[in-house]
Amino acid sequence: MKIFVCLANVPDTTTKVKFSDNNQQFDDTGVQWVINPWDELALTRAMELKEDSGNNVDEVTVLTVGGLNTEPTIRKALAIGADNAVRIDAEPADSYVVAYLLSEYLKSYEGGYIVLAGIEASDYNGSAVGGMLSEFLDVPSVSAVSALNIEGDKVSLLREIDGGSEQVIAGVPFVAIVQKGIAKEPRIPAMRGIMMARKKPLEVIKGEAPEALAEMADFELPQVKPPCKMIEPENARELISLLQNEAKVL
Amino acid sequence: MSVLVFAESWDGRFKKSSFELVSYARAMAESEGTQTVVLSIGRVEKDELIKLGKYGADKIISVSSEDFKGLDNQVYTRLITEVSEKEDAAIIVLAHNNTGKALAPRLSVRLKAGLVSAAVSLPVSYSPFVLTKKVFTGKGFVHQTIKTDRKIVSLAANSFELKETNSSPEIIDYSPETNAGEGGTSISDVQKQSGKLILTDADIVVSGGRGMKSADNWGPIEELADLLGAATACSRPVSDEGWRPHHEHTGQTGKIIAPNLYIAAGISGAIQHLAGVSSSKYIVAINTDKDAPIFEAADYGIVGDALKVLPELIEAVKEMKA
Repeated sequence: MKIFVCLANVPDTTTKVKFSDNNQQFDDTGVQWVINPWDELALTRAMELKEDSGNNVDEVTVLTVGGLNTEPTIRKALAIGADNAVRIDAEPADSYVVAYLLSEYLKSYEGGYIVLAGIEASDYNGSAVGGMLSEFLDVPSVSAVSALNIEGDKVSLLREIDGGSEQVIAGVPFVAIVQKGIAKEPRIPAMRGIMMARKKPLEVIKGEAPEALAEMADFELPQVKPPCKMIEPENARELISLLQNEAKVL
Repeated sequence: MSVLVFAESWDGRFKKSSFELVSYARAMAESEGTQTVVLSIGRVEKDELIKLGKYGADKIISVSSEDFKGLDNQVYTRLITEVSEKEDAAIIVLAHNNTGKALAPRLSVRLKAGLVSAAVSLPVSYSPFVLTKKVFTGKGFVHQTIKTDRKIVSLAANSFELKETNSSPEIIDYSPETNAGEGGTSISDVQKQSGKLILTDADIVVSGGRGMKSADNWGPIEELADLLGAATACSRPVSDEGWRPHHEHTGQTGKIIAPNLYIAAGISGAIQHLAGVSSSKYIVAINTDKDAPIFEAADYGIVGDALKVLPELIEAVKEMKA
């Protein structure tokens, strides 16, 4: 069995967000690009599954839609341990376009597989690629997955629901849309991994993108909050009264 | 034409987010001069279904068959597709929670309908159809335009006020054509947090961080939460340490919440934590370090040891209630 991990190239979490071109573009000047945090957890879990030989995972492949600028991030995934990577060379215009391109690639793969996709990307917060991909492929999907184990030809998952969790069984191929908990800590590339990553295959294929269904324009920064009102530690009563009478939330 | 809402229920009761969705869809339907249709999947009694009318449902389609009890993303997608075609839905509205995140993208592909996820308000305009959504985990907003005739919107939690209208809805007990047996997944076990307020549904959240110093010190957090009818939450280090369960972790990779009031006790406010809570209407911060970033996000702050301040807050709330 093969595991595919979908990877988004996103600005580092600590990036100070700015917009340029009269607020029509995200200003990426000086931005550090990283593996989307949820995808990083997905990749970590994929490596754990491969390392346990009982799971019969023979390969972990990373899939990305994007330009040449995504390759340092892809190399980082190879350094963490993925066996190889595929970059579908196209502009990731919206979730629909990305999911379509991923599905076209996966349709050509004939063996049994699991796709792991992070539940969200920290740039445009669409939470859509994994679900859209599964529908394009017409395969089952399980979302909000916080644990995943391979049991023979089935996969056992823990799905988080509001107010609890469910144990779900799925067959392959299928798409797991994963969240926190799927792996404890994201793996950090070791020096040996970084050296090896240089020689690992990174295939680039040309993508024929469909028309996007939605488009983004006019970015805005959030309004600046008024300064915090400070209350002395011994005046708990004053705080409660402010919450009651000023904020009117109690 | 119609605006279709998928209203989720839990143990036969609708979630608060479901009522918010109905209010939201109603406002859209009024602007578009059409009706609000609500789809409920799972066994829900009539007196509960009728509550949807209070928030503006004109028509309720109830699929109560036990066959559709467990969520299978493919089966639910087919079922919602079936109903949206039958009702000629121009706009389909779901909650941006785990279920909505699972279904909205699949629907978007199946119906070839553009999706805006985590919308924060009503459309800025209907033609073109433009919505505002958050990007960069709350560090920005963007206007997103859907270019297709049919639209799908998932609404961010607590971003639309409940609005009572009192329509008397028509209730239809619906037997779908969609085959419940054609899903590729099955649920083998369900664990519920009984009697607890659902974190993403709560109006008030009391949350503890590393400043609480140990798992044994959570008593005051729970007591304050009980007094205020609040849910409890925590920061990432706390759940990583195992002091509190993972489902309480709020922050970028944990739960994203937007309560009316968020009380952060002993939380310094790392950027990843703020990403999960910055949409709260009011934030109260209690922290020993006056330079902690949480005070930049907070509306009210106390510089002090949460372990000493919380008991005083509890006393003050008791006095307020007396």
